Amino acid sequence: MRFVVRRLGFFVLTLWAALTLNFFIPRFMPGSPLDALRARTHNRLSPDALNQMLTSFGFKPHENWFAQYLHYLGNMVTGQWGVSIGATLGTPVRTLIGQALPWTLGLVGIATVLAFLIGSLIGVIAGWRRGGKLDSILPPVFVVTSALPYFWVGLMLILVFSVWTNGWLPSDFNYDSDLLPEWSGPFAANVIKHGILPAATIILTSVGGWVLTMRNNMITTLAEDYVRMGRAKGLPNRRIMLDYAARNAMLPNLSGFAMSLGFVISGAILVEYVFNYPGLGYLLYNAVQNTDYPLMQALFMLFTVAVLLALLVCDFVIAWLDPRSRAKG
Amino acid sequence: MTALLVDTSKTAAVGAPPTRRRGGGVVRAALRSRKAMVGLVLFAIFSVMAIAPELFTSVRQPNRLAFDPSLHPSGDHWLGTTSLGQDIWAQLVYGTRESLVIALVAGFFATVLSVLVGVSAAYLGGIADEFLSLVTNVFLVLPTFPLIIVLATYAGKGTLTVVLIVLVVTGWSYGANQMRAQTLSLRNRDFLESARVRGERKLYIIVVEILPTMTSLIVANFLGAALYSVLTAAGLQFLGLGDPNSISWGTMLYWSQNQQALQTGMPLWSIAPGLCVALLGVSFALMNYAFDEISNPALRPVKKVRSRGRSA
Repeated sequence: MRFVVRRLGFFVLTLWAALTLNFFIPRFMPGSPLDALRARTHNRLSPDALNQMLTSFGFKPHENWFAQYLHYLGNMVTGQWGVSIGATLGTPVRTLIGQALPWTLGLVGIATVLAFLIGSLIGVIAGWRRGGKLDSILPPVFVVTSALPYFWVGLMLILVFSVWTNGWLPSDFNYDSDLLPEWSGPFAANVIKHGILPAATIILTSVGGWVLTMRNNMITTLAEDYVRMGRAKGLPNRRIMLDYAARNAMLPNLSGFAMSLGFVISGAILVEYVFNYPGLGYLLYNAVQNTDYPLMQALFMLFTVAVLLALLVCDFVIAWLDPRSRAKG
Repeated sequence: MTALLVDTSKTAAVGAPPTRRRGGGVVRAALRSRKAMVGLVLFAIFSVMAIAPELFTSVRQPNRLAFDPSLHPSGDHWLGTTSLGQDIWAQLVYGTRESLVIALVAGFFATVLSVLVGVSAAYLGGIADEFLSLVTNVFLVLPTFPLIIVLATYAGKGTLTVVLIVLVVTGWSYGANQMRAQTLSLRNRDFLESARVRGERKLYIIVVEILPTMTSLIVANFLGAALYSVLTAAGLQFLGLGDPNSISWGTMLYWSQNQQALQTGMPLWSIAPGLCVALLGVSFALMNYAFDEISNPALRPVKKVRSRGRSA
C-alpha cells in the first residue's frame, strides 16, 4: 500500500512540476509571448477577439500571477486547452491533437516496440554466446549506430531509397495526397509504404541501446547462482537461456522500455520533421515556429503525462513480476 | 572483443612482464583496447581541427558567399560548394570548433551537476536525499527534447550560451541517479567509517574519500553527457533553433535542408556535416564503451573464454 501511495505521489508531484515549468518558462524568459501574439494577429483580429483569446490562453495581465497560475492549472487538468493561435488560428487545440495522435502512435509506437523486441533478442543471444562471433561483431556496430544523429540517418535513407531510386519509397507525408482516408487495402498499403523509411530510421538508431544493455544484463545474470543451479540440474541450454537468464535480465530493461513507450508521443520530433509526418512531434515543431503557446502547453503536458503513465504502469508490472522490488518500496 | 583477446595472447606469447598484470592502470588498459584507440584518435583529429582550422583549408571566412554556387567536388573545393556559394570543406573544418565546444562544455557542467546532486543526496541522506532524488526524478521523466525546443524558443533563437544552458539543464539527471546509487553502495564501507571516526568533515569525506573511488563512473558520465550534447545540439540547430549565422555542423545541416540539398543533387552538403556529427558521437561512444569494459571487468569476455579453453 505504501508503495502505491509513493508512486502515485510521485506521479502527481512530477505532473505538477511539469505544468509549473510550463507556466513559468514563458514568464521568466526574455521576449513576451504577448507581444509576439499581438504582432502576429493585430491585422486580422479585433482587440476584443484578441483579449478573449489571451484569456483562453490563461494570460490575464491584470490578474495577479498566483490567480493566473491556479486558473491555468485547473484548465490544463480539466482538458480546457483553449484554441490554437498559430497557423491554424481558432482551431481547438484538442482537435489538432486528436488529428495528429493516431499517426504518431502508429508510426513511433510500432517502431519502438519492434526496436525493443529485436534489440533484446539480439542482446540475449549475444550475451549467451559471449565471446562468440555475434558477440564480437555486433556490440561495436551498435555502439556506432546508437551514436548516430537520428535525423541524419533519416536524411540518408531518403537519399538512398527515395532520391537515388527515383522515389522508390516515399520520403514525406503519411499517405499520397491524391488518396482519401478510408478503411481499405490499397489505402493501408499506401500508409505502410509511407511509414517504412521513418520507422526504419527509429529502429536503426534505437535498437543498439537495447542490444547493449540486454547483453550486459545477460552477462551479469548468467553469473547468478540460480543459473549455475539450472546448469547443474542438467537443464537444456535453451531453457536456461530463455527461462532462467533472459527473463531476469529483462527486468532492469523494463523501466527503460516503459520510458521509451512514454516518449513515443514526443520523442520522434526530428523524424517527423524530416519526413513531414503529421504527428504530434511535427505539431509541436509547427507550434514552436508559429509561437502557438496554447498548443505548445497542451502538447508539453500530454508528453509528460504519457511518460508518467508509462512509468506508473511499469512500476506496478515490475512489482508484480519481481517480489524483490516490493520490499524496497 | 577479439581485438582484446588477440592482444593479450600476443603479450602472453612474448612473455608479459609481471607488471602487465591486472590493475595495470586505466591508461594502459585504454591503450590496449582497440575501441578506445579508435575513439581517442577520432577525438584527437577533431581537436586539432577545432584548435587550428587554418591548417586544413585556405579559406578564412567560410560563411562568406565567395565562390560560384553548387560546384561539384574538385581540387579547389574538395567537397564542392553550397548552393549559396560557400566552400563545404571549409565550413566543415571551421564548424568543428563549435560542435566540440558544445560537447565538452555542456558535458562538463552536466557531469559536475550530476556529481554534486547525486553524491550529496546519497551521502546526506534523510530529507535532503528525498528532496534531491525527487528533483532528479522529475527532470529524468520530463520529455527532454520538447522541453529543449520550448526553452530555446522562449529564450530567443539561440546564442551558444542558451544552447549550452539548455543542454546542461536537461542533461544532468540521468548521471545524478547513477552517482547516487554508486555512493549509496559505498556509504557503509570501512574506509568511510574510519574517516568518520577520525572526525573528518563531510565535505572532506565526499571530496577526498568518495570521489576518487568513483572516477570511472564520472568519466563514463562525462562521455555520455558529451555524446548527448553533440547529438541534441545538432538536432536543435538542424531545426533552425540555433544561430543560423554560426558556423557549426548543425547549422550546415539546417541550411542544406533549407536549400533542399538532397533533392537538388548536392548530397555531400548534407552527408558531410552529418557524418562529422556521427563520427564525433561515435568517438565519445567508443571511448565510453571501452571505458565501461575497463572499469567493469565482468563485461570483458576475455578471461572467461580463455579459462574455458584451458579447462577444456
